[in-house]
Amino acid sequence: MAEPARQMPLGEPQGPAPSPFIAPGHTFETVTDKISAIVLTRRTPLGWLAGFAVAFAIVMVFLVAVTYLFLKGTGIWGINIPIGWGFAIVNFVWWIGIGHAGTLISAILLLLHQKWRMSINRFAEAMTLFAVACAGIFPVIHTGRPWLAYWLLPYPNTMGVWPQFRSPLIWDVFAVSTYATVSALFWFVGLLPDLATLRDRAKSAAGRIVYGILAMGWRGSARHWARYEMAYLLLAGLATPLVLSVHTVVSFDFAIAILPGWHTTIFPPYFVAGAIYSGFAMVLTLAIPIRAAYGLGDFITKRHLDNMAKVMLATGLIVAYGYMTEAFIAWYSGNTYERYMAFNRMTGPYAPVYWALIATNVVIPQVLWLKRVRSSVPLLFAVALVVNTGMWLERFVIVVTSLHRDFLPSSWGMYYPTVWDWATFLGTIGLFVALLFLFIRFLPMISIFEMRTLLPQARVKEAR
Amino acid sequence: MSAGRSDLHGLMAEFDSPTALVEASRRARAEGYRKMDAYTPFPIEELHEALHLHDARVPLIVLCGGVLGGLLGYGLEYWVSVIAYPINVGGRPFHSWPAFIPVTFETTVLVAAISAVVGMIALNGLPMPYHPVFNAPRFKLATRDRFFLCIEAADPRFDRVGTRRFLESLSPREVTEVAP
Repeated sequence: MAEPARQMPLGEPQGPAPSPFIAPGHTFETVTDKISAIVLTRRTPLGWLAGFAVAFAIVMVFLVAVTYLFLKGTGIWGINIPIGWGFAIVNFVWWIGIGHAGTLISAILLLLHQKWRMSINRFAEAMTLFAVACAGIFPVIHTGRPWLAYWLLPYPNTMGVWPQFRSPLIWDVFAVSTYATVSALFWFVGLLPDLATLRDRAKSAAGRIVYGILAMGWRGSARHWARYEMAYLLLAGLATPLVLSVHTVVSFDFAIAILPGWHTTIFPPYFVAGAIYSGFAMVLTLAIPIRAAYGLGDFITKRHLDNMAKVMLATGLIVAYGYMTEAFIAWYSGNTYERYMAFNRMTGPYAPVYWALIATNVVIPQVLWLKRVRSSVPLLFAVALVVNTGMWLERFVIVVTSLHRDFLPSSWGMYYPTVWDWATFLGTIGLFVALLFLFIRFLPMISIFEMRTLLPQARVKEAR
Repeated sequence: MSAGRSDLHGLMAEFDSPTALVEASRRARAEGYRKMDAYTPFPIEELHEALHLHDARVPLIVLCGGVLGGLLGYGLEYWVSVIAYPINVGGRPFHSWPAFIPVTFETTVLVAAISAVVGMIALNGLPMPYHPVFNAPRFKLATRDRFFLCIEAADPRFDRVGTRRFLESLSPREVTEVAP
């Protein structure tokens, strides 16, 4: 392989020199072989088996919890009147939020020409799909009779009824199902050339056949690439407003209601920022161990981690601004119920949750201002975990503290999650992790063809 | 020229770098060859221009899909809320268009995105289980690290000997015949 002579020290790019987002010294072969080897030639690592076993055991917990739910109904959860939403909606919003980073990284960063997205977009997209799958479970099982969940869809039926299109809940059905479909398409289109690489590099007959069918006969033709790039760009353009719309619509579930604490105009932007915040936290939570376990430091460099930490810091500040606005408007509006809601959040029975939220989502992430923290992998991992927790607490605060004390003190109540609430929540985490383990084992977790374009030798040198 | 038609798909040259391939494609185009294709492990913008690959159909399909999706979404909402199942909620109009926007937006994006993917795959003629270029012995490297240019026997200027000589003048790694 004829290597271009230019080799510069890492981190000081001058002109069209090596990218800081891939370690120097790589060639088309090494990039291809290193990433595809994880899927193809290496034996299944013991750590993978152990991790998958644990995750799969937790999936069993989920199945038990859901089976019991189907037998008994939603009464096994801690929900009641007035707190009808409880964990199911908390978890739904949390998972959907996590699912935002994948499409954000793939679509918005593509349109902004952020090349660093290339080594993290694939598994961020996979993470999106699995998070949306986990999210979708909750509203369905929360309906009480999940076997009739298809009633949410508009279809001609013998009952002669149709969905109510003025309700944000039906907007949600459309937003989430569109998002799941478009994310899956985006993911598959991105995978197509890499599936062809796996087909051509697989040693086993089964691998050749399965990847061969999935690759659909992709042969890297220039004609195909031209249409492919156009379609991918258009998909990114379509997914960009879509990703912003999904959490906006989710926030409408709250904001369209008249409940104190929900009925605010800050909700759509503040939900979207929170979604990106938690999404990046989850990408970091996953990227750091995967990078260490598979030795992918060459492809997921410290620059990537640093950039993700910066995105987290920025969106975290928007979220903090949202909290301040909520409190300010509650006071400034002069509305008794709004004021009481804010006061109750800070000093009422759920005050510890609120202050834990402020600590985890606002105070602790400020350490990301320090370069020392951003460049320390273990510290970054810890902060990402803290933010994941914080965003879950935020949804708990929004859902529960608003519902539990509304206008009439006679209809106030308390919500205590039961063991089944926790089992279902934990179970979806197991499902998420188990799906990720399968993904890492059977599909390339880094986009191989896009990594090739990052190499200096991928550039066409014009003679004239 | 006619000798190659039935027993040959074309002649394939293998190159080491994108620069060499783009240069070769330009030369082949200048030489008058039209029925040819390049095969690369990643998209190369300069190649699209060297081979004059302009296909405006993908954006057009996406536009049509988006318009269709929007009309279908809004039409469904209008038909359900005004004609099929009108419900009077506090005297609000049946045709309450602002409430119909979110679903219209989602169906627009949904149908446009599906058209983008299905349109791209269909225009590329995929899925295609068999293609002659896979007969080239080293073609597997087209999805790894090598760059191929294939001049097809169907090209009017194709000549088994002359075209081979031309391809060899471009200093490729090797030139092979591709069975149909």
